[in-house]
Amino acid sequence: MKFRIISVSSMRIWGLLKMFEIKGLSVNYGGIEAVRDISFSVEEGTIVTLIGANGAGKSTTLRTIAGLVKPRTGKIEFMGEDITGKDPAYIVGKGITLVPEGRKIFPDLTVLENLKIGAYLRKDNIEEDIDWVYSLFPRLRERSWQYGGTLSGGEQQMLAVGRALMSRPKIMMMDEPSLGLAPLVVRDIFSIIRKISREGVTILLVEQNANMALQVADVGYVMETGRITLTGKGSELLVNDAVKKAYLGK
Amino acid sequence: MADFLHQNLSYFLSGISVGGQYALIAIGYTMVYGILRLINFAHGDVFMCAGLIMVYLSSSLPFAVSVPLVLIFTVLLGFIIERVAYRPLRSAPRMSVMISAIGVSYLLQNAALYFTGGLAKVYPALPWLSDSVVIWGATTRVVTIVTPFLTAALVVLLTLLIKHTKIGMAMRAVSRDFETSQLMGIRINRVISITFMIGSLLAAVASLLYFTNYASVTPTSGSMPGLKAFVAAVFGGIGSIPGAVIGAFIIGICENIIKGGSSIFGIPGSGWTTFSDAFTFAFLIIILIVKPTGLFGEKAVDKV
Repeated sequence: MKFRIISVSSMRIWGLLKMFEIKGLSVNYGGIEAVRDISFSVEEGTIVTLIGANGAGKSTTLRTIAGLVKPRTGKIEFMGEDITGKDPAYIVGKGITLVPEGRKIFPDLTVLENLKIGAYLRKDNIEEDIDWVYSLFPRLRERSWQYGGTLSGGEQQMLAVGRALMSRPKIMMMDEPSLGLAPLVVRDIFSIIRKISREGVTILLVEQNANMALQVADVGYVMETGRITLTGKGSELLVNDAVKKAYLGK
Repeated sequence: MADFLHQNLSYFLSGISVGGQYALIAIGYTMVYGILRLINFAHGDVFMCAGLIMVYLSSSLPFAVSVPLVLIFTVLLGFIIERVAYRPLRSAPRMSVMISAIGVSYLLQNAALYFTGGLAKVYPALPWLSDSVVIWGATTRVVTIVTPFLTAALVVLLTLLIKHTKIGMAMRAVSRDFETSQLMGIRINRVISITFMIGSLLAAVASLLYFTNYASVTPTSGSMPGLKAFVAAVFGGIGSIPGAVIGAFIIGICENIIKGGSSIFGIPGSGWTTFSDAFTFAFLIIILIVKPTGLFGEKAVDKV
């Protein structure tokens, strides 16, 4: 058998092993079938985006991967391990983190504490990581002792991203990071997403702002009423007529 | 003023002492509320059970063994109650959990009734704590003097735990937002268990101090102190630990001064003692009308 001699790590280098794979996932949420039999995969080091209208099932997909919602059927595999239905703490420990919709920073914890709590499961030294996050977001260093609730929307989003990075994730999922932010701030957030990706963190991004998302994404999936209806490279989807019409307002 | 203080010193002293005991119970109410938004009606009965456990243990064991055992068993009791009666209802409506709490309260009272046969059990006289001392002309017990200091020390320790440790940070996070806390990798059930255990531990300490003063334990012994501590927690702003402590001291002191009312208001006061309990609840009603969130209550300003 030829395959036997190829080690797992070399398979990953050659892109033969998906870092992250979802097979036939269906999720019931709030009494409806929010996600219906979707399958997709994420390769290491890439930026993958799920775009689609409100209620298409994007957030539910991320919440299911994070372990907050249990799927009805299907399988979620991460680095070859089946993590379907595991509890959120286990999943964070594996290196999967979610920046939740609406940022959800802890308003009565300081900026520094918000970062520390992102590293809750880690037992090693986190000082370096705090420095790293502060170098990514110098604004946060200035506000280190302020309560999270006193930050502006853009700063809160930076804090939410920084907090997620503190767990040293292999893959970072982001749910609507641009929601409710001014266009200039949105541009900042997306340049940060690129930067983090270059640092070697794989990114799975859910966005209603399809234009921005497809510009940064290597691969895009279009979701409609719980199903994936279109797949392609980010740049391809950006010029796709159907996508243009439905999501880019052109 | 000095004259007034001197005349009523014994009332002040017992007020501060009772206030400290209420404070230790009130912290249990306020912490559990802070995390679960649940009024743990069984808390006063946990306090009573701690008293009974002490009665039974001390009959055959020396104090040096029975006191730590009381603390351990009470903590265990708090843990088990949460595990059995509240955890299965984690995603149930809040009202169901409250009914469950009332159920546990009655269960504990009836279990106590069963074991004691309804008789008041004589609480052991703890060495040193039960000794008499004379302070500035007022005769009182050592426990009266020790209580406020012990309470203050425990509150400081608890505050340090909550402000400066990892588990304390997790408690503050969980009390804000279950779901996001889970995303951080916090196991919320573990944090909730620890909260109940801390509350029970403080209730056990309070029971040692309280029953030393009252000399006997009955199955309903926990109701009134439990209720007063609850009032203190609401008065201070439920969910706030400093609020609960300050509220408890205010209630304890006012209640005892009213008992000495004759010499304070210049009114013949033979009947004032009867009204000391009524005062507490009238006080609560007034506070809730004037400031519904209590002294330090959350103002609920969520910036999103």
